[in-house]
Amino acid sequence: MELLIASAIGALTAAGIYLVLRLRTFPVILGTSLLSYAVNVFLFATGRLVVDQPPILRDDVTSYTDPLPQALVLTAIVISFGMTAVVVIIALGAYLSGNDDHVDDQPGLFSEDGDDADSEMGSDYAGGGKTTTTEGSA
Amino acid sequence: MSLFLIVSLPFLGALLPGLMISAGRRACALTTLYVTLAAFIGLLTHVPTIMAGGTVTARLDWLPSLGLNANFYLDGLGLLFGIMILGIGLLIIAYARYYLSREDKMGEFYTYLLLFQGAMVGIVLCDNILMLLVFWELTSLSSFLLIGYWKHLPEGRQGARMALTVTGMGGLAMIGGMLMLGQIVGSYDLTVILENREAIQASPLYLPALILILLGCFTKSAQFPFHFWLPHAMAAPTPVSAYLHSATMVKAGIFLMARLWPVLSGTDAWFAIVTTAGLVTMVLGAVIGLFKNDLKALLAFSTVSHLGLITMLLGTGTPYGAMAAVFHIMNHATFKAALFMTAGIIDHEAHTRHIPSLGGLRKLMPVTFVIATIASLSMAGIPLLNGFLSKEMMLEEASHTTLFNSPWLVPALATIGALFSAAYSFRYISHVFLGKERDDYPSHPHDPGFGMWAPPALLTCIVVLIGIAPFLAEPFVRVVTGAVLSGTADMPYAHLKIWHGVTPALMMSGIAVGGGLILLALYKPLSRGWEAAPRPEAKAIFDALIAAVVRVADWFTQGLHNGSMTRYAAILTATIIVVGGHAFFTGEIAPPTREMIELDPMSVAGWLLLVVATGFLVFCHRNRLLALVLMGVVGLMVSIGFNYLSAPDLALTQISVEVVTIILMLLALNFLPNTTPVESSMGKRMRDGGIALVAGVAAAGLIYSILMRDFAQPSISDYHLANSYKGGGGTNVVNVILVDFRGFDTFGEIIVLGIAALIIYALTETLLSGPVRARLLNRKPDQPRAGDAHPLMMVVMTRVMLPLFLMVGVYIFLRGHNEPGGGFIAGLVVAIAVVVQYMASGFSWADQRQRYPYHGIIGAGVLVAGLTGIGAWYAGKPFLSSAFGYFRIPPMEEFELATAMGFDLGVFLAVVGAVMLSLHSFSRLARRAEMNVSEHAMDIDPSRPETPAGEES
Repeated sequence: MELLIASAIGALTAAGIYLVLRLRTFPVILGTSLLSYAVNVFLFATGRLVVDQPPILRDDVTSYTDPLPQALVLTAIVISFGMTAVVVIIALGAYLSGNDDHVDDQPGLFSEDGDDADSEMGSDYAGGGKTTTTEGSA
Repeated sequence: MSLFLIVSLPFLGALLPGLMISAGRRACALTTLYVTLAAFIGLLTHVPTIMAGGTVTARLDWLPSLGLNANFYLDGLGLLFGIMILGIGLLIIAYARYYLSREDKMGEFYTYLLLFQGAMVGIVLCDNILMLLVFWELTSLSSFLLIGYWKHLPEGRQGARMALTVTGMGGLAMIGGMLMLGQIVGSYDLTVILENREAIQASPLYLPALILILLGCFTKSAQFPFHFWLPHAMAAPTPVSAYLHSATMVKAGIFLMARLWPVLSGTDAWFAIVTTAGLVTMVLGAVIGLFKNDLKALLAFSTVSHLGLITMLLGTGTPYGAMAAVFHIMNHATFKAALFMTAGIIDHEAHTRHIPSLGGLRKLMPVTFVIATIASLSMAGIPLLNGFLSKEMMLEEASHTTLFNSPWLVPALATIGALFSAAYSFRYISHVFLGKERDDYPSHPHDPGFGMWAPPALLTCIVVLIGIAPFLAEPFVRVVTGAVLSGTADMPYAHLKIWHGVTPALMMSGIAVGGGLILLALYKPLSRGWEAAPRPEAKAIFDALIAAVVRVADWFTQGLHNGSMTRYAAILTATIIVVGGHAFFTGEIAPPTREMIELDPMSVAGWLLLVVATGFLVFCHRNRLLALVLMGVVGLMVSIGFNYLSAPDLALTQISVEVVTIILMLLALNFLPNTTPVESSMGKRMRDGGIALVAGVAAAGLIYSILMRDFAQPSISDYHLANSYKGGGGTNVVNVILVDFRGFDTFGEIIVLGIAALIIYALTETLLSGPVRARLLNRKPDQPRAGDAHPLMMVVMTRVMLPLFLMVGVYIFLRGHNEPGGGFIAGLVVAIAVVVQYMASGFSWADQRQRYPYHGIIGAGVLVAGLTGIGAWYAGKPFLSSAFGYFRIPPMEEFELATAMGFDLGVFLAVVGAVMLSLHSFSRLARRAEMNVSEHAMDIDPSRPETPAGEES
């Protein structure tokens, strides 16, 4: 069992780091999420693996698993949601305002117009406003 | 007056000038003056104690475990410097009142001056070398502000930067030296260090410590080869030059050498370094000074030269040398400050400091002439003035000093130094005041008002008084010398007197004065020769050095920090792997102590699912939707794993977080491209894969080694298990830890979570009010929209389910203290229940029925948690202590009420608010993009048949 958990943590770490090293925001976010799993499981496992001894006190039970890493990881899981959400909104904001989802500085980015997929986003805003009116009246 | 007060008065007073300037320049100057006067008088109240041979101490233990204490002590040496700093400070403040013109911001000036004064007083009075370092750096900083006071002058800014660079670097070196000194002695208290001469000099760290400390002293006191910053600092207003760069700050290095003299001096290394540096500085400064045409530059180099003289005297390591040094510190401060002030007067009145444009001022400025002449003659070492006495002692000491096995070297160089010193002093008198009156001064010079000439005149009186009656100063000099020697050597038997008989020193003095007159007579040809001779220009060298450093730093940072986040992450990962690998391969690892747990087919199947999903995720990550699905599989397996390994709370949390995370990612993916293009080359992908694999193997190896061994130290978990029910009243230990044992932690966490949600809200607001709004409105969905955006079955189902959902939430919340559950999980469950309504019935419908703003819910949660914690105060317990009791209301069974439940309620609310605010914000972006979303649920999109998605209506 220990070997399974260790190799699972290794797999999650490797996959997380590989994705973090990608060039676009979305894989990087996926990578950090995978890394969060790896780290949370890692921290949890430092309490050593125990089967069927949850830290719920019972009158007839004498041995329990280590509750402390569990408490720490519980908050870590919730906080990692907050972190992911912040990173996602930053990525989204950057993409929506810059029409580019690279994580690295792109030389000459602001001199070019938007690329193929969403080229209408690069058009001027006055025209955009007009289109909205027609769409709204439909 | 308490030493604490004396040190803090200037700092506190520094707040006043900026305020008082609105009441006028006079009030501003007077306030500053009174602050300094108060500190000065406070210092003087201790004079009787010090003169009787005692010391004054004030002690406040701050961080004793780190050796950091706010200790102050006052002895003779501290008193001498204190009087110089505060006494001359008084004169400078008065002088500056008249010197500064209407355009200068006087409040700012006096604030900087008082800051400097406080730092300086701190240096000389503090008894802890760590505190001393802080004050030391403060003087560098405040002197930077003062030198660059005239911000519009490039020389001022450059001079300030140069001074800060040189003295700051020296200060850094000194920190190292002082820490070593503290290491050797085992205490950072100066008084303790001073008692450990043998231990320090025997230590192998002595030499490095000595060199580092001397670097600090030499840079501060402008000793060769760091002398070049001082002349450039002369771009400062003259009161600053007179105060910092002749009387006080440049003497801080001297002060420290004198302070540490008992423990550092007397070794060969000290003698060789300090004496040589002092001697070279003395001669070099005097020679350069003679040929300077700027009045203040001349004085600056003369200061460099005199500081060298004092350094040289301290370097000899004899008690007599120390006594001469102490006496010269006093004398130099008086005549040099007076000279600077006269230079300032000339600059102020004649509007130039260029010596060749001056001359013949004797009749025009008679008062200034008298003051400057007396001070200059004292500097030249003419009898009946105080400079003569200490210079005589210096020559006497030099005549007994043998450096590099040569009995002639030191006396000869000392005489040359004194000779040039006499020459530039005479030049100051003759080229500025004597000679023919000219008619081409930039302004018509005349004596200034009383306020401006009184301060230098007062100093000149002291010059004459000590010069004629040295016995008046003798007791004080003896007390100060005693403080410098601090019991390590006997007090020298010499007396301060004018006539010692015909000694070698008198002859050398005679040579110096005579030679000085000859040099002055030959000045014109000599000066032409000097101008023609090639000399290294210190500023050019310094600038080139700085430019080179900047280039190296640029190259280094550009190499590491080129705007590519991928590169940072790769470097970071590689570094961690290398450091961890080093620890792994060089450290020792104990044999395994734990048995492996038996495998069963179910866990192998779960493991397989997780690993395969992870692998697929990596290979298919370009298809973003598929990647999200796989992500869900991974999360599900992780939560099942938690459940299997005795962590039911974690499993519940993980699975509910998983749901909201996936919803969040889906909302984001709505706007992001659906696929990730292939961009990096095969080689780069291989490289990244290599890094990732090594990191994965390392993480696996590390946790495997941990898992196979028991705790190295006994864990504190047993305490939690033992006290969870007794002390916290709950049987779910994880929950009791969260809401009770580590409640403060949890309190912080929910605040962080709330802040994260508010950040998301704020960013969404910004996005929606900026240009992005137009783009969103203009956006066309890239997939055909569903005909019924809100399917009837789903709407009905979710509405029926809502009360059940909420009931489950309440149930999980209530059982949390004793069974798996609690505020975090309940909060997530309720958030999911509400999100489902948004998804099924549409944003508008759900939003209209949600009456409480989510920010408010977050705030209420934090408030409830905080108030529960504060409640403990009323029971006289610390913040967040919990209480519990058992109650029975017939006909219900006995149940438990714990204050921790109130705290958990806060957690619950904060989690609900934070999750909902995040998702709500994301949905608002989506709503912007689809303006024609119906306000009613259960709608069929009527526009769809006529207008397939992707076309304009």
